[in-house]
Amino acid sequence: MNPDPAGREAAPREEELPDREETASSVPLRDKLVFPVLLVVSIVVALLIASLFLEFTGNSTGTVFSAMIRGSVGSASALVTTINHMIPLLIVAVGACIAGRASLINIGLEGQLAFGAMFGAAVGLALPAPGFVAIPVILAASVIGGAVWAAVAAAFKYGRGISEVITTLLLNFVAFEVISFAVNRSWLLQESPSEAAYVSLNPQSDRLPDTAQLPFLASGEGFRLQFGIVIAIVVAAGAAFAIARLRWGFRLRMFGFNPRAASRFGVRPWVIGGSALLLSGAMAGLAGGVLLSGHVMRIRTGFANNYGWEGLLVGLVAGFGPLYAIPVAFLYGALRAGGGVLAATGVDQALVGIVQALIVIAVTLPSLYMIYRSRQRQARAIRDRA
Amino acid sequence: MPPEPANPGDEAPEEAQAEPDQHEPGRSEPEQSPNASAREPRALLTVERATKVYGRIVACDAVSLAVDAGEIRGLLGQNGAGKSTLMKMVSGVVRPDGGRVLLDGSQLPPGDPIAALEAGIGMVHQHFSLVRALTVWENVALGERGRIRSAEAIDRVVEIGERYGLPIDPRARVEDLSPAQRQRVEIIKCLRQDPRLIILDEPTSVLTSQESRVLFDVLREMVNRRGCAVVLISHRLEEILRATDRVTVLRDGRAISTIATGTATAASLANEMLGREASLEDEGAAIGLVAVQERRDPGGTHEGPAEPADRAAASAAPSDAEEAVALQVENLSARGPDGRRLLEGLSLRVGRGEILGVAGVEGNGQDALVELLSGLLAPEAGRVMVSGREIPLGRPDPHSTIGVIPSDRRESGSVLDMTVAENLVLNQLDRVMRRGVIIPRLVRRRARQLVRQFDITAASMDAPMWSLSGGNQQRVVLARELSRNPAVLLAAQPTQGLDVGAIEDMWARLSNVARDGTAVLLISTELDEILALADRIDVIHRGTIVGSMDSAAVDHERLGLMMGGQAA
Repeated sequence: MNPDPAGREAAPREEELPDREETASSVPLRDKLVFPVLLVVSIVVALLIASLFLEFTGNSTGTVFSAMIRGSVGSASALVTTINHMIPLLIVAVGACIAGRASLINIGLEGQLAFGAMFGAAVGLALPAPGFVAIPVILAASVIGGAVWAAVAAAFKYGRGISEVITTLLLNFVAFEVISFAVNRSWLLQESPSEAAYVSLNPQSDRLPDTAQLPFLASGEGFRLQFGIVIAIVVAAGAAFAIARLRWGFRLRMFGFNPRAASRFGVRPWVIGGSALLLSGAMAGLAGGVLLSGHVMRIRTGFANNYGWEGLLVGLVAGFGPLYAIPVAFLYGALRAGGGVLAATGVDQALVGIVQALIVIAVTLPSLYMIYRSRQRQARAIRDRA
Repeated sequence: MPPEPANPGDEAPEEAQAEPDQHEPGRSEPEQSPNASAREPRALLTVERATKVYGRIVACDAVSLAVDAGEIRGLLGQNGAGKSTLMKMVSGVVRPDGGRVLLDGSQLPPGDPIAALEAGIGMVHQHFSLVRALTVWENVALGERGRIRSAEAIDRVVEIGERYGLPIDPRARVEDLSPAQRQRVEIIKCLRQDPRLIILDEPTSVLTSQESRVLFDVLREMVNRRGCAVVLISHRLEEILRATDRVTVLRDGRAISTIATGTATAASLANEMLGREASLEDEGAAIGLVAVQERRDPGGTHEGPAEPADRAAASAAPSDAEEAVALQVENLSARGPDGRRLLEGLSLRVGRGEILGVAGVEGNGQDALVELLSGLLAPEAGRVMVSGREIPLGRPDPHSTIGVIPSDRRESGSVLDMTVAENLVLNQLDRVMRRGVIIPRLVRRRARQLVRQFDITAASMDAPMWSLSGGNQQRVVLARELSRNPAVLLAAQPTQGLDVGAIEDMWARLSNVARDGTAVLLISTELDEILALADRIDVIHRGTIVGSMDSAAVDHERLGLMMGGQAA
C-alpha cells in the first residue's frame, strides 16, 4: 500500500492508523470501555423488544434468532452470503466517510449508486468486449456515473450555495426516475423482446454478456464468494490511507473540522468540498458497478435495493472511519443475510424488517451517543477555558 | 473623587432589608415608593459593590452605580475595564460573585436574565442576536408565547418605529439589512418589552457618524417620552460627550468617577479613562514590563548593552535605510461584503526588529487589516510590500512571508479537533512529507521540537488541540507561525482571554521575536499591551491611521483623544 522507502516502519504504522482515526474524531481513551458496554446493553434491550414482538405474534423467539444466526454466520455458505451483502455496503460506506470527513452529508448515495450502475450497464451493453477489458470499463463507467450525479449536487452547493443535504436527497428521486425512463424506452436500455424469456413486471435492461461478470474468489456447494470483497477492502484501506496520510486528506479533515481556519491556510472550499462530494459519489457508483457485474448483471428499477441508505448508516456508525466501516459493514451484511433466511422460514416479512430495524437501531445508538458525548465534552472544555 | 453612588447605595439596602425575600420586583413597588421619594429622585437602577472574578482576573471590583429615571448614563472605559461585565450582571447574563443589583429598590435575583427582563431591563448587545433568515417582525416576535398573529406583530413594529423615529420595513429579511438597520431591529425588539432601563453595549461600533447621531436622538426621545433610563456603554469620547447626561468612568474593573457630562471635556475624560501618566506607567511595570525584561535575558541568545539602548538602536535604524523596512502598507482601502467601508487609505510601516503597536478601539478596521494581510480580503486600492517586494493580496498564500496570529485563535488560528502535532505543521506539510505522503514519525519529531522550543504543555503530541489551555493553544499558533521564519509577524489580540501568567509569557516571547530581527505588527485594543511592547504606536480610527507617536514619549491625553476619535 505504501511505497515509502522506510519499509521497516510499515508494520507499526499500519497499527497506528486506527489510533489516529480515533484522535481525529476526538474520542478520548477512557471512553473505550464505555462504548462496548453500551453496545451490549443496547443490543440486549433491542433483542428483548424484538422477542416481545415475536412472542405476541405467535412466533418462537428461539427459532427466529437461531435462523438469523444460521443464515448469517452459521455455515460457510451463510458466511459467504453475509460477505457478499457486505461488499456494496462497505464501498458505499467509504464514500460516506469521505464526504463525512469534510463535514458534508451526502444522502444521495442510493441514487448515485443506481445512476453509476446505469452508466456501467449502458457502456457494457454498448461495447461488447472480452472480459479483461469489459469489466474495468464497466466499473470505470459506474464510477464516473456516480461522480457525475454527485457533481450536480456539488455544482449547486459551490455555485449557488444550496445545502448538499437537500440536493443529494432530492437527486435520489431524479436518478430513480431517469433509470425508470431509460429501461422503459426501447431506444434506450429497455430489454429487447427477443431476449425476454418472460414479461418482467419490473422493467429492466438486457443482461450483460457473461464476459462482463466479475470472477468468483471461491465457490462451493451453494455459495460463490464474490471478487468484490477484494475491491471493497482495498478501497477502504486506500481511503483510510489517503485521509490520514495525503495532503488532500489532511486538507479534507482540516476543512471538515474548521472551514474558516482551512481557508486561512489556503484551502479553497470548492476544491476540497467538491472533490469530497465527487469522490463520495464515485464510491457509490463503484458499489453500483460491483453489484452490477458481480451478480445482478442488468439495470432495473429498484436496483439499488437500499444498499445506498444502509451504506450511509454504516459510515455514520463507523464514525466516518473507513477501516472501522469494515466490521460494521460485516454486521449489516449479516443482518441482511440472516433476514433473508428468516423470511424463507415463513416468518412474516414485516416482522423480519422490524427485527432487523431494532438491531440496526441498537448498533447505531451507542455510536451516536459517543459522538454527542465528545461534542459535549469539547464544548465544556472550551467553555472552561473562556 | 468621592464615590458618587454613596447616597442611593446607602438607602437601597434598608429598603431591601425591609422585604428580604422578594423575587418579583414589580410587586414591592407601591410599598416602597413613599419611603424613598422623600429626599431626592430615587435611583431607578442601583448596583451595590458588584464583583465578578474570572480566574485570576477581577473583571469588576466592587463597582457601585446608581442611575436615575430619565437619565442617559454613559459608561466609559477601555477594553477590559469591566463595562460589559458590569452591565451583563445587571441584565442577569452574568452571575455576580458579590454585590447585588436593585431595580426601583427591589433586588433582582442574581444571574437570572429572564427575571431581569421581566423586571424591565432590556439590553441591546454589541453583537446582534437576530436570526438572519427571518424577517424583521418575526425577529421582534421571537420569544413571545401563545399564538402569534402576523398582522398584529407587523403593526406593532410599525407603531414602535413611528413613535421613536425608528422606521423599518417589518417584512424585510434581516440578512438583507444594513448593520444600522439591524441595530434598529434590536432596539425595537428591546422596546417591545417596555423596558424601564435600556442598556446599549457599544451601539455605534457598526454605525457611521450620521447614523450614530440619529441613534442618539432616538435615545433622547425615549428617555423624554417614557421616563426610562438608558445606559450607554462606549469607549468613544465624542459620543459620550454628545449623548449622555452623566458619565461613569471605569478603569481596571473599578468605578473611578461619575461626572456630569456638561462639566467634562474630551481631554478630562481621556485622562480619567487611561489613568494619570504616573499610575499607568506603574501599572505597566507591575503587570508587564518588569516580567518581560527578566525573561528576556535567560531566554535570548542575546548579549550586549542595556535593554533601552538596544531597543532605541533597533527602532532608529529603519528610518535611515530603506531595506530595513520589513513591512510597508500603502494606502489600503477595503470594503466589507455588505459594502461598508472597512479601511480608508491606511498606511503604516514596520522596521526589522521593531514592534509597531496599532492601538485603537475595537471595530475600527483592525479585523480588516488582519484579514487583508492574511490574504482573506482583497483591497480596493493600495499595496503591501514585504522586504521591499510587493506581495499578492486577496488569496491566502501558503508561502507568505507574513506570519499571522489571528485574534480568534480558536476559530481561525487553529483546528481544535486536530492533534497538537497536526496543528503545529498545518501550514508546512512539505516538511513532514516524503514522496507526497505524510510521515507520522516526521510530524511527531517536528512537533516535539517545537513543543520543547516554545514550552508548550500538552498531554501528548496526539492530544486534541482543544484539550490545551488558552496560553498553550496560543503558543502552538505562535510556534507554527514563527517556524516558517517569516519576515513579519502579525499578532492580533495575542493575549485575549489569557490569564496573567500566560499574558506575561506571550509578551516576553513577542519581544524576543522582535529582537531576533523580525518585524512585529501588534494590533491590540489593550492599551497596556501596546504600551508594554511597542516601540512605536499608531492609532487606528475608522479604518485609517489617525496619529502616531513614539512609545518613549507617550502623551496619554493625546493618545486617548485619538483613540476616542477626537482630532489631536
